[in-house]
Amino acid sequence: MKFKSITIFLVISSFFLTCILSIWKIMSTLQGLNFTNLNITGVFFNGIILSLLFVLIGNRINHLIKIFSLSLLFSFSYFYFNETSPYWYKFGVFLIILFFTNKLKKYNTKSLTEDFISEKIIFDFITLFGIVFFAFVILFPFYIMLVTSFKTQIALLVNPLDFSLDFSKSLTELFKSYFVIFETYNFSRYILISSAVSIGTVIVTLLFAIPAAYAVARLNFFGKNFLSTSILIIYMFPAIVLVIPLYTVFSQLGLRNSIFGLLIVYTATTLPVAIYMLQGYFKSIPKEIEDAGIMDGQNWFGIILKIIIPLSLPAISSVALYVFMIAWNEFLFSLMFLDNPKSFTLSRAIQYLSGDAETPRQYLMAGSVIVTLPVLFIFIYFEKYLVSGLTSGSVKG
Amino acid sequence: MSNTLSKLEKRTAYTLVLPAVLLVFAIVLFPIFANIWISFKDIELKDIRIPEPRAKKIVKSISDDGSELKVIYKLRNSSLIQEIRNVKFQDKFPKNISLLNLDPRCNFKSKKIICDFGNWEAKYKENFEIILKNINGEKIEKEIIKSQKPILSGKSDNPLVTTNFTLENFKKVFYENNFVELLLTTFYFTFFGTVGAIIFGILAAQLVNQNIQGRSYMRGILLFPYVGPVVALAYTWTLLLDPNSGTLNALLVNFNIIESPINLLGQKYITISVLGFDFKLRLALTTVIFFEIWRYFPLAFLFILARLQAIPKSLYEAAEVDGASPVKKFIHITLPQITAIISILFMIRFIWNFNKFEDIFLLTGGASGTRTLPINVYQQGFAVSDIGMGSAVSIVIVMLLLAFMIIYFKLIGKKANEI
Repeated sequence: MKFKSITIFLVISSFFLTCILSIWKIMSTLQGLNFTNLNITGVFFNGIILSLLFVLIGNRINHLIKIFSLSLLFSFSYFYFNETSPYWYKFGVFLIILFFTNKLKKYNTKSLTEDFISEKIIFDFITLFGIVFFAFVILFPFYIMLVTSFKTQIALLVNPLDFSLDFSKSLTELFKSYFVIFETYNFSRYILISSAVSIGTVIVTLLFAIPAAYAVARLNFFGKNFLSTSILIIYMFPAIVLVIPLYTVFSQLGLRNSIFGLLIVYTATTLPVAIYMLQGYFKSIPKEIEDAGIMDGQNWFGIILKIIIPLSLPAISSVALYVFMIAWNEFLFSLMFLDNPKSFTLSRAIQYLSGDAETPRQYLMAGSVIVTLPVLFIFIYFEKYLVSGLTSGSVKG
Repeated sequence: MSNTLSKLEKRTAYTLVLPAVLLVFAIVLFPIFANIWISFKDIELKDIRIPEPRAKKIVKSISDDGSELKVIYKLRNSSLIQEIRNVKFQDKFPKNISLLNLDPRCNFKSKKIICDFGNWEAKYKENFEIILKNINGEKIEKEIIKSQKPILSGKSDNPLVTTNFTLENFKKVFYENNFVELLLTTFYFTFFGTVGAIIFGILAAQLVNQNIQGRSYMRGILLFPYVGPVVALAYTWTLLLDPNSGTLNALLVNFNIIESPINLLGQKYITISVLGFDFKLRLALTTVIFFEIWRYFPLAFLFILARLQAIPKSLYEAAEVDGASPVKKFIHITLPQITAIISILFMIRFIWNFNKFEDIFLLTGGASGTRTLPINVYQQGFAVSDIGMGSAVSIVIVMLLLAFMIIYFKLIGKKANEI
């Protein structure tokens, strides 16, 4: 029993160590370090010896002294078996081993005899491994997007693994791609159009959605149930089947290539979500407050304006943020309806840029950074609002 | 009293709801029905422009003192396929001008020339000339003549509203379009994309639901792919996976994991040998599915996490007392609690993945075996310019969707209401 749990502990923990050290090595390779071998077996056996020593030493010496001395020891043995490398890399390895030994804290010869300890070990390390794995897999493309925008096409063709930033260059040199896309490719115009369409969509959607949501939440009328179920069904319906009829009608009405046309479509496609989210919130407002308003002789307009809107500002702002994000990210309709560079949105402009095989990739990535940053900022800043909205069944994708 | 009140309430309700309903009807519901109409018509992209009579005006002086001008109207039918009937033409001139030649089709009266050109067949072209002379022999300002635009009108059929229908489009969809492969690809993509997103969503939710430091940051980071703009993310992935100097291939080659770069998005099949058996894997399709999972597992993660956090802690404590292992706790407590949300997620994601256009379009453009039904709508409608055919494919999509929805409401509609 004890032998089995120790074996599992050793294998799993050193597997975990191997994974983080490999990720660190990969990230360092992308800084231009010339590693050609991940040396997985070496690191793995090192990790087994490290974990074994850790458990054997147990509580005989102070935890801090233990982890520091073990980390130092193993960092040195790691470098003995690996290629020469700069000091920042070595320091990183040391920190990782330090973190790892600290994580081993709760394991000693005694705890390894507990019930279900092997399952607990697996769960423990899979959790750690999972977090590192998910964070890496998610952030890596964003990282590549950002650093590529600071490189040049030629540098990347010479060494596609060197993403190190040359800070000795002047700032204008470093941010060159951004200057170029603003000056040559007219990105300031696209930012303006994208903002205008997105903000316009938010305003128009709210103008239409607030009264409708109020009616659905509060008033009795024929067809109300039908309306609220059809809101959900319409929401499920795909944009791709709307494209051809809208394209033909918009062509004949001259609404293609116009911001107005885009605005109508975005408003109509976001309205069902907006109404659905808002009516849920409106229902939670106590009816007595409105009754007081009716006593004061307010009509529905007054009630919505003076009672409902002030009371549901948090919900309205989260709907507004959503609609903004949907409109800002939207691509299908802008691809179909816009073919004149004068009326491109950001997404469409980037897609247009990529259509020319000659466009250097750093411009494409600089454009991508520009279109991504606003949504990520909004998302991070308002995360709590947005997450509660997401789980209440909104944003489509 | 109460009767009038409820009448008032109804009227108020309709005024409040109507604008939104009308807009959604015009932009969302109308096109779905319009698709049916268009799908039965033999109509191409170039047909949807309504034919117009057009005239380009060119002014030349033909005498030394400038008192005589020649005006050439380059007349044409804008359509290459349709005739325009009963074309009327009209142009104005300043005073004191007479015409030296007058076409029999035209009249010149009180500074206006009015012509009746009759019918123009498709591609019709004509250079129509008139010569102007100032009665007093003074110079005619060319610019004034030029700035006056002629007015043309004519009758033509809007090809969208004619009543000749055909079944050709549907025949082509089912028999000439490689329909079975199209359907299979769509289902592979949809099914594996959905299942993958849910599995990764469960894993991620299980991770974040534990007591770890920086839990809220982790939750935020996990949602990044979902909130980011698809254009930016798809192009970043294309760059990462690029066979020439893409980061992933360069890394794999650098660490000697593969010998030569793999074109992950441009190769239809890859042969993998496992235990001496060769398997053919749809490479590009698999890559696109992985992108799909990467981008949409956050939604599953978020919903499942919300559900996990609502499970009472006492259940786990009781299991602990009974000596249940972590695996048993997961199987007997966690899983039953999340099956309902998983079934809903499965359906929602299934429908949305089924309709996914942007991701595939941006990654492969539908090449190398990644052509799904939505991609086909675009290809038929805009690349091949066969609008009718594109609409027919749209109808197929709508029909399949309706079938999914009926199944959904029959199977798990009740469960959805319980949550």
